[in-house]
Amino acid sequence: MSTAAVLDWGLGLAQGMLVLAMALATWRMLRGPRAQDRILGLDTLYLNGMLAIVVHGMRTGSGLYFEAALILGMIGFTATVALAKFLMQGEVIQ
Amino acid sequence: MNAAALPAWAAWLVVALALAGASVSLTGALGLIRLRSFYERVHAPTLGATLGMALILSGSMLLLSMIEGRLVLRDGLIGIFLTVTTPVTLLLLARAAAYRDRHEGQAGAPPEMGDG
Amino acid sequence: MSRILPHPLLSAGLGLTWLLLNAPPTPGNVLLAILVALIVPTVMRALRPRPVRVRAPGTLARLIVIVLYDMVRSNIDVARIILGLRRGERRTGFVSIPLDLREPLGLAILSIILTGTPGTLWVQYDSDTGRLLLHVLDDTGGDKWVRRVKDRYERPLMEIFP
Repeated sequence: MSTAAVLDWGLGLAQGMLVLAMALATWRMLRGPRAQDRILGLDTLYLNGMLAIVVHGMRTGSGLYFEAALILGMIGFTATVALAKFLMQGEVIQ
Repeated sequence: MNAAALPAWAAWLVVALALAGASVSLTGALGLIRLRSFYERVHAPTLGATLGMALILSGSMLLLSMIEGRLVLRDGLIGIFLTVTTPVTLLLLARAAAYRDRHEGQAGAPPEMGDG
Repeated sequence: MSRILPHPLLSAGLGLTWLLLNAPPTPGNVLLAILVALIVPTVMRALRPRPVRVRAPGTLARLIVIVLYDMVRSNIDVARIILGLRRGERRTGFVSIPLDLREPLGLAILSIILTGTPGTLWVQYDSDTGRLLLHVLDDTGGDKWVRRVKDRYERPLMEIFP
């Protein structure tokens, strides 16, 4: 196998595993049973989505996906913090 | 230099790092399904946020450094960012869950410890 | 020193981050990095953060090695639990740990360490009594976890942030 094929297949497999992880997180998010379980599922979905973008950037060999991954990580962090705060007090801004 | 001109050892090492990291993250997500209570499940995503993230990012840093022919450490910033934010999210989520469980008198709620 | 560089660690971190984002370091980028490192920390004055003093760099280096080792080991432990490879009965529960560490930055780093090692989760900290409520995935019973947190992490942190 050529090196390009090794990279393409190996990184594609890693991407597939991360997408499967995203599917499991989505299942937990839809299934619940309680609100905190759903938020935990959403946080895991964001995390694995970010890692999948990093692997996609490796596969295309460009550094352009770095910003996308970083922004997704920041949005995921803000969303989870806001939702957890909402669970605690029932108000996002106070 | 493009990806095709990469030496074989580097390609295999990058693929091994990415696959190991993805397996750790997948195991974490599987824990989200398999573990029984919420407080057990909170531990699961940390697998992807620590070791899984570290392995994948080192693979990415190695690959980009080889392609560009110089040291590219930019992806390490994602690692630092995740290391600093993961405790905040999980801590807030655990506290919110503890607050709700105590408030509703659920079984398995954490013991009281003053007003904290 | 304190007039020009009120927060030397913050300046170094900002300059380094700037250079990492704008690699490769050309003379222009280095100049911008120095400017950012000098100007941005003065903004921090409005927030009046407590000055950070790091003592015992040797202890800090040893703590980093210990934490990295524990991170890999506890990742493997938790993965074994999730995949059902761990034999025997497993109990999970809350552990209450009396902490002597009061320095806010030290506590923040302790929370990062405890979250970074899967299997332990920081649930609640009471700043009046200094008690920390921890959830552990694999509660071996006794005061094993209390000893581990206090000896492995808390004591070095108290040496670093006196």
